[in-house]
Amino acid sequence: MINVPSTVKIAAISIMANKMRSGLTMLGIIIGVGAVITMLAVGTGAREKIGEQISSMGSNLLIVLPGATSAGGFRMGAGTQSTLSMGDAEAILKESPSVRAVAPILGGIAQTVYGNQNWSTGVTGTTPDFFNVRDWLVESGRAFTDDEVRGASKVCLLGQTVAEKLFGGIDPVGQVVRIKKVPFTVIGVLEKKGQSPMGQDQDDTIIIPVTTAQKKIFGTAFPGMVRLIMIKAGGVEELASAERQVAELLRQRHRLSGAQRQEDDFTVRNLTQMMQAAEQSTKVMTLLLGAIASVSLLVGGIGIMNIMLVSVTERTREIGIRMAVGAKTWDIRLQFIIEAVILSLIGGVFGILAGVLGSMLLTSIAGWNTVISPLSVSLAFSFAGGIGVFFGFYPAYKASLLDPIDALRHE
Amino acid sequence: MLRAGHIVVEDVAKDYMLGEIRIPAIKRVSLTIEKGEFISIMGPSGSGKSTFMNILGCLDRPTSGRYLLDGADVSSLKKDELAEIRSKKIGFVFQGFNLLSRTTALENVELPMLYNGLSASERKGRAASALKTVGLAGREGHHPNQLSGGQQQRVAIARALVNNAPIILADEPTGNLDTKTGVEIMELFVRLNTEASITVILVTHEPDISKFGKREIRFLDGAVVSDGPHTL
Repeated sequence: MINVPSTVKIAAISIMANKMRSGLTMLGIIIGVGAVITMLAVGTGAREKIGEQISSMGSNLLIVLPGATSAGGFRMGAGTQSTLSMGDAEAILKESPSVRAVAPILGGIAQTVYGNQNWSTGVTGTTPDFFNVRDWLVESGRAFTDDEVRGASKVCLLGQTVAEKLFGGIDPVGQVVRIKKVPFTVIGVLEKKGQSPMGQDQDDTIIIPVTTAQKKIFGTAFPGMVRLIMIKAGGVEELASAERQVAELLRQRHRLSGAQRQEDDFTVRNLTQMMQAAEQSTKVMTLLLGAIASVSLLVGGIGIMNIMLVSVTERTREIGIRMAVGAKTWDIRLQFIIEAVILSLIGGVFGILAGVLGSMLLTSIAGWNTVISPLSVSLAFSFAGGIGVFFGFYPAYKASLLDPIDALRHE
Repeated sequence: MLRAGHIVVEDVAKDYMLGEIRIPAIKRVSLTIEKGEFISIMGPSGSGKSTFMNILGCLDRPTSGRYLLDGADVSSLKKDELAEIRSKKIGFVFQGFNLLSRTTALENVELPMLYNGLSASERKGRAASALKTVGLAGREGHHPNQLSGGQQQRVAIARALVNNAPIILADEPTGNLDTKTGVEIMELFVRLNTEASITVILVTHEPDISKFGKREIRFLDGAVVSDGPHTL
């Protein structure tokens, strides 16, 4: 029968008796656990940031950009041609079963004035579906309506940054701002979105009806022209089919014949897929960082084994005494395993502290986003415990094999 | 019910291998020890008395022959089964005391009880009363290095008593003590033998110590050369 409390006490006594040695042994585990937690925190932080950006962009998002122009043999980049129209956007919504919402967009930079404040910002002309496509809610006031789009009303919604720059503390709803000298009534303020995956401030924007943008602010090469079309698919699994349907439909509408191998005059981009790939790569990075840190934990475990072996040799006589008074094989084994586990668990506790501290340091010094997940903490801690058992076993096994007579004679 | 502490040794021999050479340590020893006897085993070093003692103490197994402890053959038991027998039936007292230096007298006496599942309070109570029996009441919290040699040996005797073992094996228990303290320790053994009828088996090479036993067994070259009431 094994007496756990007294075995723990015996282990504690022997750990306390060699404070320096025990401390150094624990240091290996402390560094290991600390490194694992810090590295996982860095990885999780990066992943969480990307996840945040993905959801800020809107989920299940496709973007259709116009194709490249070519003038005299020079092909310009994607988006230089003006080939997309309001009609395309309407047709996509109507004809593609995998598409849930469509927002045609025509925008540009414009100087905006309110009272004695002015601010240059991106003005986006779009339809009410835009808020759905981008998963963007109106914080105060309201969004514009289809009627206001049809009537090219001079109404606008402000992003948080613009609202703050122009109005400071005042409530902008109901006020009039001038965009390119055209007066617009502010009907709403959008909720905060934060940075885009590309690092732009998404709140530095003004949203107006697309028709107003076409007719009164930016002008168009042909009536109903838009710069790009944002599309929200019905779900993640429908992204690919939506992409295919949109491409097919646009080739038809733009009269691009497959027989003559005419190039697309548009590009469909699957933003969600791109971001998911980025997320996947940070996941791999997190695993990699964690794995590398685990190596140091493993080295710490070897340190424990080393010290336990020394301890078994030093305490041969004690083992002999214990055997003489009735300790069985597993009594002896457990004594040393428990000692190793105690060493590694205490190391684990301090390691968690070190990991939390390290993550905080990285955040404050390097400015990295770190997130310590309870999972990584419990993982590192139980891994440390497991290492105690694993690396404690061999010394314990050696101790239990001792012959009591030889052990008692040992000097 | 079997008589506790009854030892029968039949044709027990123990050989050691020194490389390829077989060296007999004891050769076909047979004897019986009744419960409550006080035996002293004498003999020069190398005579096989320590080997015999280890076999009696279930620390070692004979190469051949039978060892019946309270009627059960223990000569072929496994390591853990022997540990169980030691825990129940045998208390050891060594020449070098063999106490754990980092633990108190009380904890040293508690040690055998750690391995037979007694509760902490029961352990403490029994250890304290064993210390009282050997005359060390009040020294429970002392560490071995705070105790004299005689006191340390008393702690070891308390440890041997604490599981109510019917047999105490003492291997040169006075070897590290001065004469006066040695005699005191021997008187303690005599008292335990007469009052608690514990079988005491003493290994020594000092005739003065051996005379405390009622029966003397002399070993020479691995064989018993004399066995009978003490004749000094």
